[in-house]
Amino acid sequence: MTLRRREVVKDLLKGRKGLLVVAGLGSTAWDITAAGDHDLSFPMWGAMGQAAMIGLGLALAQPRRRVLVITGDGEMLMGIGSLATIGVQQPKNLTVAVIDNERYGETGMQATHTAGGVDLAAIAKACGFKTSKLITKNTDLGKVVHEAIGPNFLQIKVAADKLPLVLPPKDGVHLKDRFRKALADVLPKKP
Amino acid sequence: MQPDWPAEVHKEFATAGVRVVGYVPDAGHKRLIELCQADKKMRAVPLTTEEEGIGLAAGAWLGGEKSVLLMQSSGVGNIINVLGMVSVCRFPLVMVITMRGQQGEFNPWQVPMGEGTPRTLETMGVAVRQAGEPQAVAAHVRLALTRAFEASAAEAVLIAQKVIGIKSFQEQRSQ
Repeated sequence: MTLRRREVVKDLLKGRKGLLVVAGLGSTAWDITAAGDHDLSFPMWGAMGQAAMIGLGLALAQPRRRVLVITGDGEMLMGIGSLATIGVQQPKNLTVAVIDNERYGETGMQATHTAGGVDLAAIAKACGFKTSKLITKNTDLGKVVHEAIGPNFLQIKVAADKLPLVLPPKDGVHLKDRFRKALADVLPKKP
Repeated sequence: MQPDWPAEVHKEFATAGVRVVGYVPDAGHKRLIELCQADKKMRAVPLTTEEEGIGLAAGAWLGGEKSVLLMQSSGVGNIINVLGMVSVCRFPLVMVITMRGQQGEFNPWQVPMGEGTPRTLETMGVAVRQAGEPQAVAAHVRLALTRAFEASAAEAVLIAQKVIGIKSFQEQRSQ
Protein backbone atom coordinates (compact mmCIF):
# COMPACT_ATOMS: atom_id res chain seq x y z
CA MET A 1 0.00 0.00 0.00
CA THR A 2 1.28 3.47 -0.85
CA LEU A 3 2.77 5.35 2.09
CA ARG A 4 1.18 8.58 3.29
CA ARG A 5 3.56 11.38 4.20
CA ARG A 6 1.89 12.52 7.42
CA GLU A 7 1.87 8.97 8.83
CA VAL A 8 5.50 8.42 7.79
CA VAL A 9 6.65 11.65 9.44
CA LYS A 10 4.63 10.90 12.58
CA ASP A 11 6.36 7.51 12.78
CA LEU A 12 9.81 9.04 12.24
CA LEU A 13 9.19 11.42 15.16
CA LYS A 14 7.66 8.82 17.48
CA GLY A 15 9.38 8.81 20.89
CA ARG A 16 11.63 11.67 19.79
CA LYS A 17 12.68 12.91 23.27
CA GLY A 18 16.06 14.64 22.73
CA LEU A 19 16.09 14.15 18.95
CA LEU A 20 17.11 17.34 17.07
CA VAL A 21 14.92 17.85 14.00
CA VAL A 22 15.31 20.05 10.92
CA ALA A 23 12.57 20.18 8.27
CA GLY A 24 13.01 21.56 4.77
CA LEU A 25 10.69 24.26 3.50
CA GLY A 26 7.23 23.40 2.27
CA SER A 27 5.37 20.17 2.89
CA THR A 28 7.89 18.59 5.28
CA ALA A 29 7.74 21.65 7.55
CA TRP A 30 3.95 21.26 7.63
CA ASP A 31 4.31 17.49 8.19
CA ILE A 32 6.49 17.82 11.30
CA THR A 33 4.13 20.44 12.66
CA ALA A 34 1.12 18.18 12.06
CA ALA A 35 2.96 15.53 14.11
CA GLY A 36 3.26 18.06 16.96
CA ASP A 37 5.30 21.26 17.07
CA HIS A 38 8.36 20.98 19.32
CA ASP A 39 11.03 23.37 20.60
CA LEU A 40 13.74 21.03 19.25
CA SER A 41 12.32 21.30 15.73
CA PHE A 42 13.63 23.82 13.21
CA PRO A 43 11.04 24.05 10.42
CA MET A 44 12.31 26.10 7.49
CA TRP A 45 10.31 28.67 5.52
CA GLY A 46 13.05 29.40 3.01
CA ALA A 47 16.74 28.76 2.19
CA MET A 48 15.76 25.93 -0.13
CA GLY A 49 18.51 23.33 -0.41
CA GLN A 50 20.02 23.93 3.02
CA ALA A 51 18.10 21.52 5.30
CA ALA A 52 20.72 18.75 5.12
CA MET A 53 23.55 21.22 5.74
CA ILE A 54 21.81 22.64 8.80
CA GLY A 55 21.56 19.05 9.95
CA LEU A 56 25.30 18.59 9.40
CA GLY A 57 26.13 21.75 11.36
CA LEU A 58 23.93 20.53 14.22
CA ALA A 59 25.39 17.04 14.12
CA LEU A 60 28.96 18.39 14.33
CA ALA A 61 28.04 20.79 17.16
CA GLN A 62 26.13 18.11 19.12
CA PRO A 63 27.96 14.83 18.50
CA ARG A 64 26.24 13.09 21.44
CA ARG A 65 22.73 13.78 20.19
CA ARG A 66 20.86 12.28 17.28
CA VAL A 67 19.94 14.63 14.44
CA LEU A 68 17.15 13.99 11.93
CA VAL A 69 16.62 16.04 8.78
CA ILE A 70 13.21 15.55 7.17
CA THR A 71 12.94 17.15 3.77
CA GLY A 72 11.34 16.84 0.37
CA ASP A 73 12.78 15.49 -2.86
CA GLY A 74 12.79 18.93 -4.51
CA GLU A 75 14.56 20.52 -1.53
CA MET A 76 17.14 17.72 -1.43
CA LEU A 77 17.80 17.99 -5.16
CA MET A 78 18.52 21.72 -4.83
CA GLY A 79 21.23 20.95 -2.27
CA ILE A 80 22.42 17.68 -3.79
CA GLY A 81 26.09 18.59 -3.27
CA SER A 82 25.52 18.56 0.48
CA LEU A 83 25.27 14.75 0.30
CA ALA A 84 28.89 14.72 -0.87
CA THR A 85 29.88 17.15 1.89
CA ILE A 86 28.15 15.00 4.52
CA GLY A 87 29.78 11.89 3.06
CA VAL A 88 33.21 13.42 3.60
CA GLN A 89 32.43 14.45 7.21
CA GLN A 90 30.85 11.10 8.21
CA PRO A 91 28.70 12.37 11.12
CA LYS A 92 27.71 9.24 13.05
CA ASN A 93 24.63 10.90 14.55
CA LEU A 94 22.91 12.25 11.41
CA THR A 95 20.01 10.81 9.43
CA VAL A 96 18.58 12.51 6.34
CA ALA A 97 15.06 11.35 5.48
CA VAL A 98 13.65 12.46 2.14
CA ILE A 99 9.88 12.33 1.86
CA ASP A 100 9.72 11.68 -1.86
CA ASN A 101 6.42 12.39 -3.62
CA GLU A 102 8.26 13.09 -6.90
CA ARG A 103 6.62 16.51 -6.98
CA TYR A 104 7.18 20.19 -6.15
CA GLY A 105 4.18 20.23 -3.82
CA GLU A 106 3.93 23.96 -3.11
CA THR A 107 4.14 25.22 -6.67
CA GLY A 108 1.60 23.15 -8.58
CA MET A 109 2.76 19.56 -8.23
CA GLN A 110 5.29 19.71 -11.07
CA ALA A 111 7.44 16.58 -11.45
CA THR A 112 10.88 16.61 -9.80
CA HIS A 113 13.92 14.74 -11.07
CA THR A 114 13.03 11.72 -8.90
CA ALA A 115 9.94 11.31 -11.13
CA GLY A 116 12.40 11.23 -14.02
CA GLY A 117 14.30 8.33 -12.50
CA VAL A 118 16.97 10.05 -10.42
CA ASP A 119 17.88 7.68 -7.58
CA LEU A 120 18.64 9.73 -4.45
CA ALA A 121 19.39 6.68 -2.28
CA ALA A 122 22.03 5.54 -4.79
CA ILE A 123 23.57 9.02 -4.82
CA ALA A 124 23.74 9.04 -1.00
CA LYS A 125 25.32 5.57 -1.01
CA ALA A 126 27.88 6.66 -3.58
CA CYS A 127 28.65 9.71 -1.39
CA GLY A 128 29.58 7.43 1.52
CA PHE A 129 26.42 7.28 3.66
CA LYS A 130 26.69 4.24 5.93
CA THR A 131 23.04 3.31 5.49
CA SER A 132 21.06 4.28 2.42
CA LYS A 133 17.63 2.81 1.88
CA LEU A 134 14.74 3.20 -0.50
CA ILE A 135 11.55 2.71 1.52
CA THR A 136 8.31 1.94 -0.30
CA LYS A 137 6.27 0.13 2.32
CA ASN A 138 5.52 0.45 6.00
CA THR A 139 8.79 -0.21 7.89
CA ASP A 140 9.95 0.56 11.42
CA LEU A 141 12.63 3.21 10.90
CA GLY A 142 13.19 3.96 14.60
CA LYS A 143 16.42 1.95 14.70
CA VAL A 144 17.93 3.94 11.85
CA VAL A 145 16.90 7.31 13.33
CA HIS A 146 17.92 6.58 16.93
CA GLU A 147 20.68 3.96 16.81
CA ALA A 148 22.34 3.22 13.47
CA ILE A 149 25.84 4.62 13.01
CA GLY A 150 25.49 7.32 10.40
CA PRO A 151 25.42 9.14 8.21
CA ASN A 152 22.12 7.50 7.27
CA PHE A 153 19.86 8.25 4.32
CA LEU A 154 16.23 7.26 3.83
CA GLN A 155 14.41 7.89 0.60
CA ILE A 156 10.77 7.28 1.45
CA LYS A 157 8.36 7.13 -1.46
CA VAL A 158 4.95 8.60 -0.59
CA ALA A 159 1.68 9.38 -2.38
CA ALA A 160 1.47 12.82 -4.01
CA ASP A 161 -1.25 14.00 -1.61
CA LYS A 162 -2.36 17.61 -1.28
CA LEU A 163 -3.02 17.96 2.46
CA PRO A 164 -4.35 20.70 4.71
CA LEU A 165 -1.64 23.16 5.77
CA VAL A 166 -0.48 22.85 9.39
CA LEU A 167 1.84 25.79 9.82
CA PRO A 168 4.70 26.13 12.31
CA PRO A 169 5.67 29.49 13.82
CA LYS A 170 6.98 31.82 11.11
CA ASP A 171 9.29 34.07 13.10
CA GLY A 172 12.86 32.93 12.41
CA VAL A 173 14.35 34.52 15.53
CA HIS A 174 11.75 32.74 17.67
CA LEU A 175 12.46 29.38 15.98
CA LYS A 176 16.21 29.82 16.48
CA ASP A 177 16.00 31.02 20.10
CA ARG A 178 13.54 28.37 21.26
CA PHE A 179 15.74 25.65 19.76
CA ARG A 180 18.91 26.90 21.45
CA LYS A 181 17.13 27.37 24.77
CA ALA A 182 15.57 23.91 24.66
CA LEU A 183 18.93 22.39 23.83
CA ALA A 184 20.64 24.23 26.68
CA ASP A 185 17.89 23.03 29.03
CA VAL A 186 18.27 19.36 28.14
CA LEU A 187 22.08 19.40 28.23
CA PRO A 188 23.92 18.78 31.47
CA LYS A 189 25.35 22.05 32.74
CA LYS A 190 29.04 22.51 32.08
CA PRO A 191 31.13 22.49 35.28
CA MET B 1 58.44 42.65 7.80
CA GLN B 2 55.03 41.75 6.36
CA PRO B 3 52.50 40.72 8.99
CA ASP B 4 51.51 37.06 8.82
CA TRP B 5 47.79 37.67 8.39
CA PRO B 6 46.69 34.01 8.06
CA ALA B 7 48.34 33.16 11.40
CA GLU B 8 46.83 36.25 13.01
CA VAL B 9 43.35 35.43 11.70
CA HIS B 10 43.63 31.82 12.85
CA LYS B 11 44.55 33.12 16.31
CA GLU B 12 41.47 35.36 16.32
CA PHE B 13 39.29 32.35 15.43
CA ALA B 14 40.85 30.33 18.25
CA THR B 15 40.43 33.14 20.79
CA ALA B 16 36.78 33.57 19.81
CA GLY B 17 36.17 29.83 20.29
CA VAL B 18 35.40 29.02 16.66
CA ARG B 19 34.87 25.26 16.30
CA VAL B 20 33.59 24.82 12.73
CA VAL B 21 35.31 26.28 9.65
CA GLY B 22 33.46 25.84 6.36
CA TYR B 23 35.43 26.62 3.24
CA VAL B 24 35.55 26.63 -0.52
CA PRO B 25 39.23 26.93 -1.39
CA ASP B 26 40.97 29.96 -2.79
CA ALA B 27 44.68 30.32 -3.40
CA GLY B 28 44.60 33.33 -1.07
CA HIS B 29 43.12 31.19 1.73
CA LYS B 30 45.55 28.30 1.33
CA ARG B 31 47.56 28.93 4.48
CA LEU B 32 44.58 29.88 6.69
CA ILE B 33 42.76 26.70 5.62
CA GLU B 34 45.84 24.63 6.51
CA LEU B 35 46.12 26.30 9.92
CA CYS B 36 42.44 25.54 10.66
CA GLN B 37 42.82 21.93 9.44
CA ALA B 38 45.81 21.46 11.75
CA ASP B 39 43.95 22.89 14.77
CA LYS B 40 42.51 19.98 16.79
CA LYS B 41 39.82 22.20 18.31
CA MET B 42 38.47 23.14 14.87
CA ARG B 43 36.58 21.09 12.33
CA ALA B 44 37.45 22.23 8.80
CA VAL B 45 34.62 21.33 6.44
CA PRO B 46 35.22 21.49 2.67
CA LEU B 47 32.05 22.46 0.78
CA THR B 48 30.90 21.81 -2.78
CA THR B 49 29.45 25.34 -2.96
CA GLU B 50 29.57 28.37 -0.67
CA GLU B 51 25.81 28.13 -0.12
CA GLU B 52 26.38 25.01 1.97
CA GLY B 53 28.48 27.08 4.34
CA ILE B 54 25.50 29.20 5.32
CA GLY B 55 23.45 26.13 6.28
CA LEU B 56 26.47 24.70 8.09
CA ALA B 57 26.93 27.91 10.09
CA ALA B 58 23.23 28.09 10.96
CA GLY B 59 23.17 24.47 12.10
CA ALA B 60 26.32 24.86 14.19
CA TRP B 61 24.82 27.89 15.91
CA LEU B 62 21.54 26.08 16.60
CA GLY B 63 23.74 23.42 18.22
CA GLY B 64 25.56 26.00 20.32
CA GLU B 65 28.84 26.32 18.42
CA LYS B 66 30.57 29.16 16.60
CA SER B 67 31.68 28.87 13.01
CA VAL B 68 33.23 30.89 10.20
CA LEU B 69 33.08 30.60 6.42
CA LEU B 70 36.09 31.07 4.13
CA MET B 71 35.65 31.70 0.42
CA GLN B 72 36.55 33.90 -2.52
CA SER B 73 34.41 36.72 -3.84
CA SER B 74 32.96 34.64 -6.69
CA GLY B 75 31.22 32.57 -4.03
CA VAL B 76 29.19 35.55 -2.83
CA GLY B 77 27.02 35.10 -5.90
CA ASN B 78 26.21 31.57 -4.73
CA ILE B 79 24.83 32.55 -1.32
CA ILE B 80 22.45 35.42 -2.04
CA ASN B 81 19.10 33.70 -1.47
CA VAL B 82 20.19 31.84 1.67
CA LEU B 83 21.41 35.09 3.22
CA GLY B 84 17.68 35.75 3.58
CA MET B 85 17.59 33.05 6.26
CA VAL B 86 20.53 34.65 8.07
CA SER B 87 18.67 37.95 8.06
CA VAL B 88 15.23 36.71 9.08
CA CYS B 89 16.56 34.40 11.83
CA ARG B 90 19.36 36.78 12.86
CA PHE B 91 21.94 34.03 12.69
CA PRO B 92 25.46 35.22 13.49
CA LEU B 93 27.64 34.91 10.40
CA VAL B 94 31.33 35.60 9.79
CA MET B 95 32.67 35.29 6.26
CA VAL B 96 36.30 35.91 5.39
CA ILE B 97 36.40 36.54 1.67
CA THR B 98 39.45 36.86 -0.56
CA MET B 99 38.82 39.25 -3.42
CA ARG B 100 39.11 38.50 -7.11
CA GLY B 101 38.64 40.90 -9.98
CA GLN B 102 40.75 43.64 -8.41
CA GLN B 103 44.32 44.86 -8.78
CA GLY B 104 46.41 42.31 -10.64
CA GLU B 105 43.53 40.10 -11.80
CA PHE B 106 44.54 38.01 -14.78
CA ASN B 107 41.13 36.49 -15.47
CA PRO B 108 38.44 38.84 -16.87
CA TRP B 109 35.69 36.34 -15.97
CA GLN B 110 36.40 37.09 -12.30
CA VAL B 111 35.88 40.82 -12.67
CA PRO B 112 32.05 41.27 -12.67
CA MET B 113 31.39 39.30 -9.46
CA GLY B 114 34.42 40.82 -7.79
CA GLU B 115 33.17 44.32 -8.54
CA GLY B 116 29.66 43.43 -7.42
CA THR B 117 30.68 41.71 -4.18
CA PRO B 118 30.43 44.59 -1.66
CA ARG B 119 27.09 45.84 -3.03
CA THR B 120 25.65 42.32 -3.19
CA LEU B 121 26.51 41.65 0.45
CA GLU B 122 25.21 45.01 1.64
CA THR B 123 21.98 44.55 -0.31
CA MET B 124 21.38 41.32 1.64
CA GLY B 125 22.10 42.89 5.02
CA VAL B 126 25.70 41.84 5.54
CA ALA B 127 28.12 44.38 7.03
CA VAL B 128 31.20 44.71 4.82
CA ARG B 129 34.70 45.39 6.19
CA GLN B 130 37.42 45.96 3.62
CA ALA B 131 40.95 44.94 4.56
CA GLY B 132 43.21 46.70 2.09
CA GLU B 133 46.51 46.02 3.89
CA PRO B 134 47.87 42.81 5.46
CA GLN B 135 48.18 44.46 8.89
CA ALA B 136 44.47 45.40 8.83
CA VAL B 137 43.04 41.91 8.30
CA ALA B 138 43.13 40.50 11.85
CA ALA B 139 41.61 43.61 13.43
CA HIS B 140 38.68 43.50 10.98
CA VAL B 141 38.18 39.79 11.68
CA ARG B 142 38.24 40.38 15.44
CA LEU B 143 35.55 43.06 15.13
CA ALA B 144 33.47 40.86 12.82
CA LEU B 145 33.65 37.92 15.27
CA THR B 146 32.60 40.11 18.19
CA ARG B 147 29.74 41.75 16.33
CA ALA B 148 28.48 38.45 14.96
CA PHE B 149 28.54 36.39 18.13
CA GLU B 150 27.69 39.15 20.61
CA ALA B 151 25.15 41.05 18.51
CA SER B 152 23.83 38.41 16.06
CA ALA B 153 25.23 40.31 13.10
CA ALA B 154 26.11 39.09 9.61
CA GLU B 155 29.66 40.17 8.78
CA ALA B 156 32.02 39.90 5.82
CA VAL B 157 35.70 40.78 5.83
CA LEU B 158 36.93 41.34 2.28
CA ILE B 159 40.66 40.80 1.85
CA ALA B 160 41.91 42.89 -1.06
CA GLN B 161 43.61 41.10 -3.92
CA LYS B 162 46.77 43.15 -3.41
CA VAL B 163 47.05 41.66 0.12
CA ILE B 164 47.07 38.18 -1.38
CA GLY B 165 49.36 39.30 -4.16
CA ILE B 166 48.53 36.71 -6.81
CA LYS B 167 49.48 38.20 -10.15
CA SER B 168 49.33 35.40 -12.67
CA PHE B 169 47.78 32.02 -13.35
CA GLN B 170 51.23 30.42 -13.22
CA GLU B 171 51.84 31.97 -9.81
CA GLN B 172 48.51 30.67 -8.51
CA ARG B 173 49.19 27.15 -9.81
CA SER B 174 52.63 27.02 -8.25
CA GLN B 175 51.40 28.12 -4.78
